[in-house]
Amino acid sequence: MLEVRNLVAGYGEVEVIRGLSLTVAAGQIVAVLGANGVGKTTLNKTLSGLLPVGAGEIHFDGARIDTASPSEIVARGLIHVPEGRKIFPNMNVRENLELGSYRRAKPRRAGNLERVFSIFPRLRERAGQYAGSLSGGEQQMLAIGRGMMAEPRLLILDEPSLGLSPLLVEEMFALIARLNAEGQAILLVEQNVVQSLDIAGTAYILENGACALSGPAAELAANPALRRAYLGL
Amino acid sequence: MYTPSIIAEAVVNGLLTGAVYALVALGLTLVYGVLHIINFAHGALLTCAMFAVWALSDGLGLNVYLTIPPLAVLFLCLGYGLQRWVIGPASHGDDGNTLLVTLGLSIAIENGLLAAFHADTRTLSGDAAFDVVELGPMLLSRPRLIGFGVAVLVAVLLWALLAGTDAGKAIRAVAKEKMGASLAGIDVRHIYALTFGLGCACLAVAAGLLMPTFYVNPRVGNAFVLVAFTIVVLGGMGSVPGALLGGLLIGVVESLGGLFLGESLGQAGIFVLFILVLLLRPAGLFGARA
Ligand SMILES: Nc1ncnc2c1ncn2[C@@H]1O[C@H](COP(=O)(O)OP(=O)(O)OP(=O)(O)O)[C@@H](O)[C@H]1O
Ligand SMILES: [Mg+2]
Repeated sequence: MLEVRNLVAGYGEVEVIRGLSLTVAAGQIVAVLGANGVGKTTLNKTLSGLLPVGAGEIHFDGARIDTASPSEIVARGLIHVPEGRKIFPNMNVRENLELGSYRRAKPRRAGNLERVFSIFPRLRERAGQYAGSLSGGEQQMLAIGRGMMAEPRLLILDEPSLGLSPLLVEEMFALIARLNAEGQAILLVEQNVVQSLDIAGTAYILENGACALSGPAAELAANPALRRAYLGL
Repeated sequence: MYTPSIIAEAVVNGLLTGAVYALVALGLTLVYGVLHIINFAHGALLTCAMFAVWALSDGLGLNVYLTIPPLAVLFLCLGYGLQRWVIGPASHGDDGNTLLVTLGLSIAIENGLLAAFHADTRTLSGDAAFDVVELGPMLLSRPRLIGFGVAVLVAVLLWALLAGTDAGKAIRAVAKEKMGASLAGIDVRHIYALTFGLGCACLAVAAGLLMPTFYVNPRVGNAFVLVAFTIVVLGGMGSVPGALLGGLLIGVVESLGGLFLGESLGQAGIFVLFILVLLLRPAGLFGARA
């Protein structure tokens, strides 16, 4: 469903992604792991059209999207829940969610809103509250809920567990696994290597802007080199 | 000599004028709040709108208030196009450039108007300016009463747009969180242009409300924008309710200043108030505190 070939991207002259290839199949969770600053967020921004593609190709659902605008990419169903949430602080929870369907799935807005509220009952309780005054965990729920309002074909989650308490991190991974069990394809960028490999089907380890290691998540979890580098075992 | 009824009349007259000031300020503050730039072409665009009202009304004999709807639509489109295809591309995403581009635009417009209409001052023919309505003990100018009503109506419409429509919500989203808005599928360039267009539409309405009691020459917009800028800072940069209340307040202060200090010093009161507010509430009356 998503196929990235030899992607080169970055910020102006600065190349961050240098020849990365990656595939996500329908219904899969694909984990993208790697050290801080390796370019995971840069990859996500490039996939969603916020950053220009320097070279290489991005195919989504059979169409090339590497010159498409962010709003066209959203219309196709590639939905990116960004690192740092980027919710609308000056608007209430309900309005934030409504804007999730600004470009896609608008006719089914009411039904999807109900679905998001049943997944995140906390958001229903706070529907009228300004998003800027939510707790960090609630803001993360809101960001994911806003993404789900667009009925994503592929959902990109950039560090959804960042800044959450250990209990909430557990809940977050359970939620991601549950969405996936309902058929949602997910590209998961995470620092929590163990839990990510636990729920993912396939994983990619980034180094120096390209993929250093990839394969079935269970195999990578058992890989001695990886265990040394990321788990200190 | 300052009987209560004279003072009351001055206050009411101030409110009436202030509502139209507020409309000019509303356009300025909307653009600032969303694009985070000060539109230096605001005054020149107001002048354009006032000439357009004059031309349609005196040239074609249209009722001055009937010129407002078509001009509002025209200025909405004009503003949209200016931002989308001139100001936006010319500034390459750099706010400093945007300032220079809007400044350049204002100089070009002003000189274009000077070339076309010379420096003469023009007023609408007819005596609408002296048309008064008796309201209890007060004599109020009819065009100003109409101006107040229309300005309030426009403010309510704008509020309904921002609060109740997807386009309005997208404008508010872009104002505070551009990246989040892009990722929700909102086309930020479109929203910038739409906001700029709405700012210009406010000017077209204001022009139609000002012309019955005011005059137009190629530089006339600047005086209003200076006042509007004061209102925007006073109300809090980017705050819509701030612009409305700030406008009314400035109108009243100017009117009372004129009463107590004399017509020519009326505006001095505005700047005294301005300095006081900046000293006591630097973020403006409605601005978020830093
Ligand atoms: N706007 C920018 N301009 C220039 N360089 C940037 C910009 N944003 C990020 N970078 C650089 O790009 C590199 C990759 O950053 P990126 O945010 O993609 O890392 P990441 O893998 O997501 O890290 P983390 O795990 O900490 O979120 C870093 O070296 C960073 O300094
Ligand atoms: Mg990151």
